[in-house]
Amino acid sequence: MNADDHLTQINNITDPDEFYEDLIQAHDGLSADQSRQLNSRIILLMANQIADNRKLTELITLARMSLDVT
Amino acid sequence: MEKLSFGRKPKVLVVGAGPIGLAAALEFANFEIETLVVDELSEINRASKAICWSQRSLEILNRVGLAEQLIDKGSTWKKGRVFKAEEEIYNFNLQVEAGSKAPAFINLQQYYVEQFLIDKLKELEYPVLRRGHKVVGISLTKDNRALVQIEHDQDIYNFIADYVVAADGVRSTIRKALELEMQGNYFDEQFLIVDVKVDKSFPLERKFWFQPTFHDGQSALLHVQPDNILRIDLQLGPNMNPESEQDEERVRARVDKILGRDADYQIEWISLYNFSCKRIQRFRHGPIFFVGDAAHVVSPFGARGGNGGLQDIDNLVWKVSSVINGKAPRALLDSYDEERIPAADENLLNSARSTGFMTPKTQASIDFREAVFDLSKTMPFAREFINSGRLSQPYQYIGSALVSEDDISFCSDGILPGQSILDAPIFIGRKQTWLIDQIAIGFSLVAFVDEEKTAISITKYLDEVCRQLDLVEKFLVVASKRLNGRSKKFLCDTSGLAFERWAASDGTIYLVRPDHHIAARWKATPTISELKKAYRKSISL
Repeated sequence: MNADDHLTQINNITDPDEFYEDLIQAHDGLSADQSRQLNSRIILLMANQIADNRKLTELITLARMSLDVT
Repeated sequence: MEKLSFGRKPKVLVVGAGPIGLAAALEFANFEIETLVVDELSEINRASKAICWSQRSLEILNRVGLAEQLIDKGSTWKKGRVFKAEEEIYNFNLQVEAGSKAPAFINLQQYYVEQFLIDKLKELEYPVLRRGHKVVGISLTKDNRALVQIEHDQDIYNFIADYVVAADGVRSTIRKALELEMQGNYFDEQFLIVDVKVDKSFPLERKFWFQPTFHDGQSALLHVQPDNILRIDLQLGPNMNPESEQDEERVRARVDKILGRDADYQIEWISLYNFSCKRIQRFRHGPIFFVGDAAHVVSPFGARGGNGGLQDIDNLVWKVSSVINGKAPRALLDSYDEERIPAADENLLNSARSTGFMTPKTQASIDFREAVFDLSKTMPFAREFINSGRLSQPYQYIGSALVSEDDISFCSDGILPGQSILDAPIFIGRKQTWLIDQIAIGFSLVAFVDEEKTAISITKYLDEVCRQLDLVEKFLVVASKRLNGRSKKFLCDTSGLAFERWAASDGTIYLVRPDHHIAARWKATPTISELKKAYRKSISL
């Protein structure tokens, strides 16, 4: 794998504050159940944009690693 | 004790007269190897069991002369429809490009397939099938043959076989005798299969429901079989009582909800089962080869059981036959595991994934599945996640030790080394036939010509190759549309489909294995020594 193919771990979003606000606001007024459901939809849509299986696998691994579980 | 009488003693014992064992016996006969098939049952089990037969399976059974009969009797279906509750959320069309002898799938009760195979076996000059003969033990002799104890009419006799094909199904006696464990996943979810005979014909489609309104379980599947028989497969959930769930009144109540209270139908077969996706670690144990369900089991969604099993014997029989006939070294037998274990794993993976989608267990898996259903109403990408079974595809032995590196001039077009051949309509004179009908039982060479002068030189070349390579039985020359009708010796690619599907140009040569997978190919005619090298590789020499 080329270094370029790895997921970037530095911020890559043009306006991170704007995205973060959008993400949080999307959950406004939702129950915990609905929030979970919304997140599922966001993840699937994002995955389709990322497209590459290797990247997706790496991304899932990174996220899982950052979670403090054994 | 009944004495076995054979002209000569069969070297190969096939245990199990299911479709896989019977097809193996017929394929052995193609290589002039006598077999004995034993089965503990005294007659064909009328349970319909396996029903979906893939194009590849039909092409394999075409080599034993059964494709026409199967296609004729079977129900050819192309459309699959997937529903969530009452709403159709997705459908697919299996219609592969036109121009092949076998359709993508037919549905046909297993007992018909078995009957056709048995009828074909009866045409052989020697007795092949012994029913009511049960294998009760197996061990290896000092010279690495199999000593098999067989029980018949309360007597036990010994049979020494050079090779044993264990096609004795999911509860394989041979597997148990050798203490081989199946490893993999077992799912708690129970499924009810009901075959019902109805009084009218149904559209030839596969219908699958997630969370159907007519059934409180998770999913339901409906398939159409010949003779107006429907296959209904209902997911019941875990912890059901196997006795009461198979009670006819209870089953009728479930079927009534699907077909309507007034529907007139007869129940043909009821079965309750759990999913498993598992296999034994190795399929070859000395002279004993495990095939089909005896070696690996998958869930029924995807039709990978029967079709996977046929691909096992497709891979095995030519290898064992070539070794028995002294044409290939024993090392070739090792390649059965090398090629079929990855194939089984591909089937297991697909089967486990389908099962996972159908029976979501964690909150996250439930959430994601709901998300998939909702998004797929408007966004096509999400439909690809809907998994109601991924239908059997032939495994491609790409990268196998028997298969040569691809010729880069093809730019990966056409049929890669390791892949199974692609059919096309072809003309001999004015008569239309199919490419798969013309390719030999043994190894064969398929050459393509587009120039007058090549047409003249290539026959001489191919004659010489066949003379030098032991197992190459036949060559065929496919002439392009442009040369149409110039020679009756050649097959004419009037439609252009053969050239297109095989990515051929003038002088292109494919070396085709007896199982009709590609061993090697050259865009421009290779030297005889190049061809010889690829051929030797393909038989582990």
